[in-house]
Amino acid sequence: MIGIIDYGMGNLYSVAKALERLGAKAEFVESPGQIKAAEKLILPGVGAFADAMKELRKRRLMDPIRNVVKDGKPFLGVCLGLQLLFDESEEGGKCEGLGILPGRVVRFSSFGPKGEKRLKIPHMGWNQVSVKNGCSALLDGVGENQYFYFVHSYYVVPEDGSIIMGETEYGVSFTSVVSSGKVHGCQFHPEKSHRFGQIVLKNFLEQS
Amino acid sequence: MLAKRIIPCLDIRDGRVVKGVKFVELKDAGDPVECAIAYDRGGADELVFLDITASHEARPIVEDVVRRVAAAISIPFSVGGGLKDLEGIRAILRSGADKVSLNTVAVENPEFVSKAAARFGNQCIIIAIDAKRHGSGWHVYTHGGRKDSGKDALEWAKEVETRGAGEILLTSMDRDGTTDGYDIELTAAVSRTVGIPVIASGGAGSLEHLKQAFLKAGCDAVLAASIFHFGTYTIEQAKEYLSRAGIPVRR
Repeated sequence: MIGIIDYGMGNLYSVAKALERLGAKAEFVESPGQIKAAEKLILPGVGAFADAMKELRKRRLMDPIRNVVKDGKPFLGVCLGLQLLFDESEEGGKCEGLGILPGRVVRFSSFGPKGEKRLKIPHMGWNQVSVKNGCSALLDGVGENQYFYFVHSYYVVPEDGSIIMGETEYGVSFTSVVSSGKVHGCQFHPEKSHRFGQIVLKNFLEQS
Repeated sequence: MLAKRIIPCLDIRDGRVVKGVKFVELKDAGDPVECAIAYDRGGADELVFLDITASHEARPIVEDVVRRVAAAISIPFSVGGGLKDLEGIRAILRSGADKVSLNTVAVENPEFVSKAAARFGNQCIIIAIDAKRHGSGWHVYTHGGRKDSGKDALEWAKEVETRGAGEILLTSMDRDGTTDGYDIELTAAVSRTVGIPVIASGGAGSLEHLKQAFLKAGCDAVLAASIFHFGTYTIEQAKEYLSRAGIPVRR
């Protein structure tokens, strides 16, 4: 069973339906026991980093999530769910994350080097992913520079460059896909990213 | 590079598509789910559903449509028309829509835009602006284009951005229903005024029009209905054309 972690942050319906279209059985999981019982886990999320951490804490899900990762279960963080895996975010001052992957979460700067207004934030729409560090399991069969659907204002900066599997250009070159052992994450929404998004989800489902 | 988006718009009344989509492969051109699937497969970047149902007892019907569309497609979509309160927005988003578009309710109660953006996130909130030429500028219209609010379109665009709107869906009422092309002057003026994405709407009749909206008006996305619904062009043809003009599109 694929567990989609439900912690009150955003709409999980599209993720579940995308998995169903791939023939997978997905369930929303919201308790430590259910998280432990799932074979694979997806941590989705839309919204503010601090709110998400508050919800995880309130529901006592932080340690269960860290434990399943430690046990080597395939894990996929999507969008905010990817960001939460890191040590801390500068969103809303400074906020501590799950600390599963070393690194920080920072905001896009809307201004160029001369203070000129340059970028629209959030970064919203279809953008390309350039494959890094050889092709990760998640991007297998996707190919170079395919388009995925993004909606976010912050991005992750991993300490360990070797976990960066995909990068995307938006004013800066930012990390859009990471893989570290069985822990994966993508900044884009695979469930909204048409056929290449489906490939990414399928690749994740094939992880064991 | 961030791609420019092509967004077909489907008008829904009582759970059915009006101004039916004329794709040969559709068994039922009035079925919003079939139309949505056809556009998803055809390469649309996003879909806009506009609910033009007159009676608002029809809300459960709309939510059901949203749920079935969300289950069937893998591109983002928004829903607009008649949304009045936070509860209504929540129901649509929970049914699987990615964004909602607000028009009359926002003009009548601008504070509502701030509340909705704070509650659901900027990226969920599209403000639809129906603009019509008035002297040297444009006025914002509400109630499906029937009522002049007296507001200046550029000032209103700036205000909704400040209040947290994530995107502006800008319809030129002077061009809507014509096939004379988008209102480049209006679209360029709004695009220059705000730092959030602008979707140009109203008047598309040819691929050249799409190109002009991107190159001359600097918008981020184009909305079109009839040129795609009636099969004049496919999304793929539009993207091929734009791509040749050097405009980044998702292929």
